[in-house]
Amino acid sequence: MNTYEPNERGYWGEYGGRFVPETLVAPLDELTNAYFGYRDDAEFRRDFDLLLKDFVGRPSPLYFAERLTEKLGGARIYLKREDLNHTGAHKINNCVGQILLARRMGKTRIIAETGAGQHGVATATVCARFGLDCVVYMGTEDMRRQELNVFRMRLLGAEVRGVDSGSRTLKDAINEALRDWVTNVNSTYYLLGSALGPHPYPLMVRDFQSVIGCETRGQILEKEGRLPDLLVACVGGGSNSIGLFHEFLNDGPVRMIGVEAGGHGSELGDHAARFMADAAAVGVLQGTKSYLLQDEAGQISLTHSVSAGLDYASVGPEHAFLHDKGRVEYVSASDEEALAAFRMLSETEGIIPALESSHAIAHVANTAG
Amino acid sequence: MNRIISNFDLLKAEGRKGFIPFVSAGDPNLETSRQIVLTLVENGADIIELGVPFSDPMADGPTIQASSQRALKNGVTLKDVLAMAAGLRTETDVPLVLFSYLNPLFRYGIERLADDAADAGVDGILVTDAVDEEAAEIADVLRKNGLDLISLIAPTTTEDRLKKIAERSSGFIYAVSRAGVTGAQNETSTTAEALVERVREYTDLPVAVGFGISTREQIEAVWCYADAAVVGSAIVVEIEKCVNAEIDPVKCVRELVGWLLPQRQKPER
Repeated sequence: MNTYEPNERGYWGEYGGRFVPETLVAPLDELTNAYFGYRDDAEFRRDFDLLLKDFVGRPSPLYFAERLTEKLGGARIYLKREDLNHTGAHKINNCVGQILLARRMGKTRIIAETGAGQHGVATATVCARFGLDCVVYMGTEDMRRQELNVFRMRLLGAEVRGVDSGSRTLKDAINEALRDWVTNVNSTYYLLGSALGPHPYPLMVRDFQSVIGCETRGQILEKEGRLPDLLVACVGGGSNSIGLFHEFLNDGPVRMIGVEAGGHGSELGDHAARFMADAAAVGVLQGTKSYLLQDEAGQISLTHSVSAGLDYASVGPEHAFLHDKGRVEYVSASDEEALAAFRMLSETEGIIPALESSHAIAHVANTAG
Repeated sequence: MNRIISNFDLLKAEGRKGFIPFVSAGDPNLETSRQIVLTLVENGADIIELGVPFSDPMADGPTIQASSQRALKNGVTLKDVLAMAAGLRTETDVPLVLFSYLNPLFRYGIERLADDAADAGVDGILVTDAVDEEAAEIADVLRKNGLDLISLIAPTTTEDRLKKIAERSSGFIYAVSRAGVTGAQNETSTTAEALVERVREYTDLPVAVGFGISTREQIEAVWCYADAAVVGSAIVVEIEKCVNAEIDPVKCVRELVGWLLPQRQKPER
């Protein structure tokens, strides 16, 4: 049996690690020690589980998509309804875990980055719940396309700081959050939202999100009396997908597919498909070594996706490892396919999915029959 | 003999402290950068830091971010920076240290970089986002080619780490004056002095202080307790201002250094 745990330096195989300026090493050590101290602490787990139940509304249903199954005429399709969580996405699971950790570490100021705004909203929510100061960095391009989430964050008492550098999307928001952290290390907790960044974030975020897979496994066994043949999830940074996949990694017959943003073409800059054959290259960005969309000179490429949450040049290091091992397959769905799937699910099931999840639906629609 | 060591030895022998300016290679263009470096050398630079432009400089403030962007718009790559260094080496013996983020170096290949940088006459490389084992691996490859990996220490660096970093360092140690990104500040924090004192417990290597040093008074203050002062954003912002005002940036930098550098015996080079 494989454990799929990183080594003590945060590497899964050759991916992961901790690539940061010297100033951030001590705070990352502090965070790592705190996390490993509380990871198996009974009281911490109890607080986490209780908040997930009463504040987030877990467990989220595993819903049999009857009409979609009929329409596609093949596989029996279930949807794990993370959209029914408080704040409308899986992001809150990780935020609840990290805010409990931040409080135990005595931090009083929380910063975060956000792409689509879901992580920003979830962070603002847990900060309001615990009365902590909250600053969220968001690319101005993302602020434009996700205006409602900006409004929600502000309503929750967070300060949203627009980031105008680079492509003005998630990557640039992370840079700015890191710059804030490096400047305010003593008071500030960086609540990173995806399974990315320097160790221990990819591990910690995956652990907090693995509640998705734990519940799914129990629910499908109850409903079908067997494990699923296939799991499909979209992959931006990869926190929702690793959260779903992780519990099934040792279930040999269960296939897993991660769906990246195919954007509107296969040229560099037109998509965010880090594993796409022609573009695939390993590199170091924002603290971690993984697959990375970059040019010949090692400059990070601009990316494109209709969904802000998938629009990122790199991918969580555990995904890179699972890709190379062949345990998870990675494919992409284009903007157009995702939009078609978005409409199809809305009309067929009365469920309006996120544009991010629509990429996974698109792959299901193309293959389930 | 290693040019970095011999320059610091010379400074010590002459009872002087060092001035290490930073220039973003390729901002506003490669030829002007080259001339700016030569002007800096003529006017008292003891080591030159050459910035390799990167798209996502997470340890830099807005000034150097913008400068990096301008260089990238000019299509400047690591290869160009190495060619620029090779050109400079035909005209000056000043030690050259590349200041870079890891990814452009990683993409180029660390072994290939070590070979090519040594051939170009580069003396050391500072990698902002490589620490611990990852830094040690790079240092080993560079050392085989006679290059120093310049290590950073910060006010947050713990005693254990200071010791470890000091043990494996060569060339000089770069002390980050404060927790934060690069960029001009009006006051030098007192944390820098404490940090320099702490690291001297573990090493005899020269210690340079950088981040936020932009005035003559700050340089004088740093020279009281450290071996050299690094000035980056103040020079970069001057270049930007002069280019925008269509004034010769080389002349501007010469004048700026005249203002900045406290009186001291100017070296004959």
